[in-house]
Amino acid sequence: MKIICRCEDITEEDIIKAIREKGCTTLDELKHLLRLGMGPCQGRTCIPLAARILARETGKKVSEIELQTSRPPVVPVPLGLLAGEEDEND
Amino acid sequence: MIEKADVVIVGGGVNGCALAYELSLKGIKAVVVERKHLASGATGRCGAGIRQQWSSRENAALAIESVRIFERLEEELGSSIGLRQGGYLIAIHDEKDMEQAEKNVEMQRSLGLDVSILEADEINDIVPILDIEGMKAIGATFCPTDGHADPFKTTYAYANAAMRNGAEIYRFTEVQDIVTDGEEIKAVRTNRGTIKTGVVVNAAGAWSKKIAEMAGIELPNVPYKKEIIVTERMTRIFDAMVISFRDGIYFSQQDEGQILGGIPPPETVTGYKTEPTLSFLEHMSSTLTRYAPVLKHINVLRQWTGFYDVTPDALPILGEVKGLKGFIQCNGFSGHGFMLSPMVAKLLAQLIAGEKTSLPIGRLNLERFEKMDFEKEKSVVG
Repeated sequence: MKIICRCEDITEEDIIKAIREKGCTTLDELKHLLRLGMGPCQGRTCIPLAARILARETGKKVSEIELQTSRPPVVPVPLGLLAGEEDEND
Repeated sequence: MIEKADVVIVGGGVNGCALAYELSLKGIKAVVVERKHLASGATGRCGAGIRQQWSSRENAALAIESVRIFERLEEELGSSIGLRQGGYLIAIHDEKDMEQAEKNVEMQRSLGLDVSILEADEINDIVPILDIEGMKAIGATFCPTDGHADPFKTTYAYANAAMRNGAEIYRFTEVQDIVTDGEEIKAVRTNRGTIKTGVVVNAAGAWSKKIAEMAGIELPNVPYKKEIIVTERMTRIFDAMVISFRDGIYFSQQDEGQILGGIPPPETVTGYKTEPTLSFLEHMSSTLTRYAPVLKHINVLRQWTGFYDVTPDALPILGEVKGLKGFIQCNGFSGHGFMLSPMVAKLLAQLIAGEKTSLPIGRLNLERFEKMDFEKEKSVVG
């Protein structure tokens, strides 16, 4: 068993199953169905690995796999820190 | 690509897929055409809440019936939809809110809903982490059967059940034109071929206005950019969705333990713009930690955007339009499309099959906006 997404506990088998049985053809669909890349690392570890599995399974080149939109913040930020900045302006 | 279908549904969100399923139960062959992947628009970006506490009788009735369907949907469709009924707690901030809440609760109870008004000191019995003074609450309304479900799982469950029954779903297929002849629909032209049909359902969410234009119909819908944050996971600390109509905030703890919530961005943005903003992130964080100060050490992991497809009265547009036979609207949900989808799909399937709808939907037609005296839904957040 190969762990691909450490944050959300997703294995290579889970991804292959989602591609073969659920018809996923994009990283976005894998994200939605499996929570791939939704954890604290925001896909830094799993997305390149998942892209390679997806490319292999769909007969595409890795460069043809569309990457997910990266979302802010770049690193996790505490709510209190974000809130404090607005309070100063109040 | 299939050449002919009884019904072509534009949009593979939860409403489009649910409708394909409901039509399949009646032996009506539907084809869903989706520009991207399933649930790629508002369905997959929404707050996932299911609320029955509305100010308008139409929304309340649709939502109550939808919850009844959600409750048996896993069994019916044969796969998980992630339903969890932890209730919705709606903050009451002043006497004016209280007056409206009393009116709403009376109407909702007349429809059979289990909903009550709480005193301020009862709020922490439901959601222990709330700071009653910080959120400036004098009370709340609470409905224990409100909750949330997983929009992706729900959409795929409907889509797979529909396909098992003979519906076809074309992903990554873009509608380019709706071919009409006088007052009739003839076909839908896509980038992958043309499908002959007499019935087209416009379930394209924020893009419904553009789809309607292809058929020469003008919709009053406006896309509003909305934003959501999600935090890291934590142990379960509360079950209810907390919302306030005055602050516009909503937040809940999802199944995996993360807090997910939204609030109207400080600057209202209309049109198809998708950039997340720092001003939203700060406004959301400061309001959320005012409501629940204990969350201030919790990390925000991600923010994203999506669209509300907003109508002038914040109620959906459902049914056939005047002047173009077979052109059915299923849009304008104004931020509530996911939670209303089970009942909306059932009603539109009845309408398309020529049956009497089990709830009246005549008041939700497009033509209501020709009059100036339509009543607006007041219970809107996000």
